Amino acid sequence: MSEPLLELRGVNKSFGVVHVLHDVDFAVYPGQVTALVGDNGAGKSTLVKIIAGIYGRDSGDYFFEGNPVTVHGPRDVAALGVEIVYQDLALCDNLDIVQNMFLGREETKGIGLDEVAMESRARETLTSLSVRTVKSVRQHVASLSGGQRQTVAIAKAVLWNSKVVLLDEPTAALGVAQTRQVLDLVRRLADRGLGVVLISHNMTDVFEVADRITALYLGRVAADVPAKDLTHSQVVELITAGRSGNLGIAENPAAATV
Amino acid sequence: MADNSPTPDSFVAPSETPVSAPSQAATAFENDNVQAVTIGDSARDYLNRLRGGDMGSLPAILGLIVLFVVFSSLHDRFLTTYNMANLVIQAGSICVLAMGLVFVLLIGEIDLSAGVAGGFCATITALAMIDHGQSWWVATLAGIACGAVIGLAIGSLVAYLGIPSFVVTLAFYLALQAGPLKLIGAGGSLRYDDEVLRGLTLKSVPVTAGWIAACVIVAGYAALSLWQYRSRSSRGLVHKPLALVLIQIGVLAAIVLGLTFLLSQNRAPNKEFFNISGIPWVLPVVIALLLFWTFVLNRTRFGRHLYAVGGNAEAARRAGISVRRITIAAFVICSSMAAVSGLLLASFVGKVSPGSGGGNTLLYAVGAAVIGGTSLFGGRGRAIDAVIGGLVIATIPNGLGLLNQASYINYVVTGGVLLLAASVDAISRRRRSAAGV
Repeated sequence: MSEPLLELRGVNKSFGVVHVLHDVDFAVYPGQVTALVGDNGAGKSTLVKIIAGIYGRDSGDYFFEGNPVTVHGPRDVAALGVEIVYQDLALCDNLDIVQNMFLGREETKGIGLDEVAMESRARETLTSLSVRTVKSVRQHVASLSGGQRQTVAIAKAVLWNSKVVLLDEPTAALGVAQTRQVLDLVRRLADRGLGVVLISHNMTDVFEVADRITALYLGRVAADVPAKDLTHSQVVELITAGRSGNLGIAENPAAATV
Repeated sequence: MADNSPTPDSFVAPSETPVSAPSQAATAFENDNVQAVTIGDSARDYLNRLRGGDMGSLPAILGLIVLFVVFSSLHDRFLTTYNMANLVIQAGSICVLAMGLVFVLLIGEIDLSAGVAGGFCATITALAMIDHGQSWWVATLAGIACGAVIGLAIGSLVAYLGIPSFVVTLAFYLALQAGPLKLIGAGGSLRYDDEVLRGLTLKSVPVTAGWIAACVIVAGYAALSLWQYRSRSSRGLVHKPLALVLIQIGVLAAIVLGLTFLLSQNRAPNKEFFNISGIPWVLPVVIALLLFWTFVLNRTRFGRHLYAVGGNAEAARRAGISVRRITIAAFVICSSMAAVSGLLLASFVGKVSPGSGGGNTLLYAVGAAVIGGTSLFGGRGRAIDAVIGGLVIATIPNGLGLLNQASYINYVVTGGVLLLAASVDAISRRRRSAAGV
């Protein structure tokens, strides 16, 4: 298998006396969708926030493209080319699609904004993702459907030549057709060679697009295996019990201490 | 630009996307640059926006027309050029204060102290000239700097301590009134008779210069919008139809040149003895501020970030925008503009007294901004809203004054107009969120 784009090794994280992550290893490979699954409280959000640089690590290493990197904050992570699309989207309703995609990183010409360049680039990015569902790139975000908003949020992440995109529950609030659009988009991102992390509760979605599945159970990695080697019910067992057949956490670990 | 991306067809085969290519969607995006090809389409777009609650300045313009019709039918002197020039002068300080407030309203805050801050700064300016013998421009700069410091203090308290701006500025509203009272003394007043500052409202631009400026503005606007049309249409970007661009240029030319013509007439009531003609100086000041702030709001990163903070502060923060810095900047701009407004008000009245900028001044300006189409909930508003709304607000006391109404009527009418404007804002906001425009 190719070298991981982004890798965490032996990450531990505690909040006070609560030990949230135990020696977690996590890897994102280029061109693959890695699904991160786990029950509520399994440590998914904490892991994502450590990757995003919002939380520090108590121990463990952070590798990017094979090199150890020091991460002090979200800006360092963004500079590496890692983008996180949060569940609550972080779009401004009163701005249009182009303005949202370039928010905080507007292109300027002299003292003014370079609207022509921004609109052209936004259009290219959306076209390259074969996003055809928005009527106009100058549409206000308020008038978009949930799926379209999710699309814009993802396209915003792609615009910056990012190498890794983390999607936090991208289909949680979407209908059937819109979920379809977003999953297609997720697949296309991976096909472009990006490393994609999909955090989801929805097993159908996970099996639909994921190449690898990493299951967390009470702060430990229960399994990190190719999706094709797993069945639906095995994943559910991994999520709920931490083990499934010969997979999972071997002996009942000191889970009681969590 | 897209040097990093592989050729489009390598990752997109239309057959792979069975569901995401329904008939409407497949064609719409590619053609969005022609979303409004004709005037008819533009008009339909506009009507849809109106129906969706996005009314912009329309209520203000309608209100202005109604007020003009009512007052001119009730009093024959209302529509004289003399009174129109008066209206422009009276509206000046309201428009400027409202323009400043737009910045604070844009980020969803309020500045209740802007009116008295203006009075305070005008006091500083007057004292600098009278007690310290400074020239008018040093004194003006001192007044504006004083406003900036007030804004910095308010903004820092709001941004760093997280006190609601309503409370911070209420405290400043009370405390700032102490300044003029102490400096001027109860019942006193400072004369305000500097040639230039007093002349802002008393004197007029020479007629020829007024015409030249008007022509420059019209020509500049026409050149800019035609150039924009060309560069956008040639690159296939979203643009307005040419006919609409031409209509907009025509409307602007009619307003600017018409106003210049009216104000260039001799408007003295006693035409044999006096010649009062030309644009009052206050108008170019307002227009210059309007153009400057419109540029800042629409064409700079700072302006974009203001809208973003007002629309969704959390999204702005995640996009790397310093919400605190934007908040402070908005309050600094607001209080500095309040200082300018205080100077214009003092120039109009001819003196500064401890009560300057108190009373209704602030609520008039908030009313002006909101009537013009600035939202009290943040995220929506333009500099031009403040000017149009300011005209509406100034028309009420002007017309009622001509009609010799008791001043209590003035309070009732203005309060009613403010309430009406806020209702329009709230209703249109609800319709917007329902229609998603």
